Amino acid sequence: MELLSGAEILIRALQDQGTTKIYGYPGGSVLHIYDALFQQDKVEHILVRHEQAATHMADAYARATGKAGVAMVTSGPGATNAITGIATAYTDSIPMVVITGQVMSHLIGEDAFQETDMIGISRPVVKHSFTVKHPTEIAEIVKKAFHIAESGRPGPVVIDVPKDMTNPTDKFEYVYPKSVKMRSYNPVSKGHSGQIKKAFDLLINAKRPVLYTGGGVIIGDACAELIELAQSLNYPVTNTLMGLGAYPGTDKQFVGMLGMHGSYEANMTMHHSDLILAVGVRFDDRVTNGLDKFCPTAKVVHIDIDPTSISKNVRADVPIVGPAKVVLQDFLKQLKASKTKPDAEALKTWWKQIDEWRTRHGGRYETDDSELMKPQQVIEMLSKVTNGDAYVCSDVGQHQMFAAQYYKFDKPNRWINSGGLGTMGYGFPAAMGVKVNFPDADVACVTGEGSIQMNIQELSTCSQYDIPVKIICLNNGSLGMVRQWQDMNYESRHSHSYMESLPDFVKLVESYGHVGIRVEKYEDLEEAMRKAFAMKDKLVFMDIKIDPHEHVYPMQIPRGSMRDMLLSKTERT
Amino acid sequence: MRHILSVLLENEPGSLSRVVGLFSQRNFNIESLTVAATDDETLSRITITTSGNDKVVEQVTKQLNKLVDVVKVVDLTEGDHIERELMMIKYKASGAARDEIKRTADIFRGQIIDITPTTYTVQLVGSSSKLDAFIDALETANLIEVVRTGVSGIARGEKVLSI
Ligand SMILES: Cc1ncc(C[n+]2csc(CCOP(=O)(O)OP(=O)(O)O)c2C)c(N)n1
Ligand SMILES: [Mg+2]
Repeated sequence: MELLSGAEILIRALQDQGTTKIYGYPGGSVLHIYDALFQQDKVEHILVRHEQAATHMADAYARATGKAGVAMVTSGPGATNAITGIATAYTDSIPMVVITGQVMSHLIGEDAFQETDMIGISRPVVKHSFTVKHPTEIAEIVKKAFHIAESGRPGPVVIDVPKDMTNPTDKFEYVYPKSVKMRSYNPVSKGHSGQIKKAFDLLINAKRPVLYTGGGVIIGDACAELIELAQSLNYPVTNTLMGLGAYPGTDKQFVGMLGMHGSYEANMTMHHSDLILAVGVRFDDRVTNGLDKFCPTAKVVHIDIDPTSISKNVRADVPIVGPAKVVLQDFLKQLKASKTKPDAEALKTWWKQIDEWRTRHGGRYETDDSELMKPQQVIEMLSKVTNGDAYVCSDVGQHQMFAAQYYKFDKPNRWINSGGLGTMGYGFPAAMGVKVNFPDADVACVTGEGSIQMNIQELSTCSQYDIPVKIICLNNGSLGMVRQWQDMNYESRHSHSYMESLPDFVKLVESYGHVGIRVEKYEDLEEAMRKAFAMKDKLVFMDIKIDPHEHVYPMQIPRGSMRDMLLSKTERT
Repeated sequence: MRHILSVLLENEPGSLSRVVGLFSQRNFNIESLTVAATDDETLSRITITTSGNDKVVEQVTKQLNKLVDVVKVVDLTEGDHIERELMMIKYKASGAARDEIKRTADIFRGQIIDITPTTYTVQLVGSSSKLDAFIDALETANLIEVVRTGVSGIARGEKVLSI
């Protein structure tokens, strides 16, 4: 029987779990683990420049693959630096395992050097957490952590490891469990058949149906089922910010994203529908607008793996708790067996109405007289240059909304953004996390000059590991989204939303050995972007000067219904 | 409405703080909370009294169930049940008040569990409203100290909460 130290057990468990890359930063309490890491080559470690970036890299890996990413940090400041990344993953239900060092067991509670109560601090933003109390528990804890992170409604799991648990001289037997069972944790594996029957009757008899689907369809691997169901029924589909790519963005049944900055036609379709089939969504306030005015004529069927999401904000007429994939498969079975077919006449009228809405707005924006480039043009160009097939990792702000609106995602797992928490600084490390795992894919970070500076130190990590992402910086010289709200609600008093003293990004990235390209005119954009993407092994930073006055539209009018929108600076519904 | 939730929970360090944390994090209120291990040492049982409309209590129950350490949750107030709380209450007891306290304790089937020349300490077991009634029945000027355990509850009849 092989004897291993706690540190070796931890790394072996990761190997046996199939983890090939972890992202992290060393420090006192994890030194034994780093030493074990050094003496093997199955798990590769990427040294970031700030722990937040490690968590975002692990998170983005999970968003692109559906499997839990792994980050490792030291105790105290290492752990607290990881919190934003853990919360980001938690809010978007992303599977992740975060290993945090802790001071030695006998020092816990003594205010020891670099001690923080990580279990306590992380509690509201983790799905679960473990403290290792004996080295022999490590293998099972790792197995449980992955199981919990990836199953049910996924989420981040923290494993807090006191330093003495990894002592190199204390050796124990190692066995990696094949499976784990927990009496207190049994996520549902299928939906209630009676409820599914009821829901299906509503669905097939609807006159003005809409499928409203979110991140749960992507993380629940139910896109194929969604597409089959929607296309067999010929019903319109709208996706949330988190759900983009679940249904092909270029398909005619897709009416666009819904919600605060959703498309005119998506919000109108929702508002006037008589049946909403909601799948893997949570009726977030950024979607529903005023709850009391939400879709007055619609019945709601809500499918979600997490019962707490159902009837939390909007009462479901037919709630179904279950995995999106399995429940949608059940719907497809019902459909095949059903004698009733969708009401073709009603659908025709419904589509005619939707098409009218499409022609009224249809994602237009003004390309006025000015010389200035419009952010929408940049995203459309990105979509064109990358054939709509890139991984687009976004930061947070106006650029994020433009990317969501104008990049046409035909595949799931390609649109990677911090939807729920809205973490500025997410995009760049996220792009790195995707690129190191998909070295042949085009990976773009769409960002603003504000957001990029929140994790710009990672330019250094990219030099060290040759991570050739393309940074598309929509530079409007201000915290654009904040500025937009100030324009609309504070009579354009731009309190601290102006970015003074921006660096020369081109020179900055050059100093790290990367390539910088500045673009100021639209006519130069396509060539510059093609050049950037042609440099396969170079990180390219495109500093693109855009119209600083542009606002994101449509924009729902606060506390109104879904159909109450501003369509431009001068028009409203 | 007032609800009494019974929760079976893995008896692990940190599991109680997850339950308590949930209430503050989600802005749910706790009127009382009692916790102790059960006959099975690996399980704790918590009784929580909370109040809110049906929607809130439904959320509380679902959120509790969602915690990885929680094995089972039932809302005792949905069926017949028994609730008990224990109170120890100390009074200044001299002159006429001394008799009055004794008499009232008897009526409520309380026991005097500690005596000094100037104080009485009464122990009373019952529903929370019975304990409230006792406090209301006596002159508050003489009251020195109250300690209540919070509610414990159990379903009537054959219904049991176990794994
Ligand atoms: C960490 C963090 N701090 C603050 C905010 C609030 N916030 C949302 S968007 C935004 C402005 C982002 O500016 P920039 O990255 O330049 O993007 P733009 O809106 O100009 O496209 C701010 C400050 C946030 N989302 N995240
Ligand atoms: Mg900006």
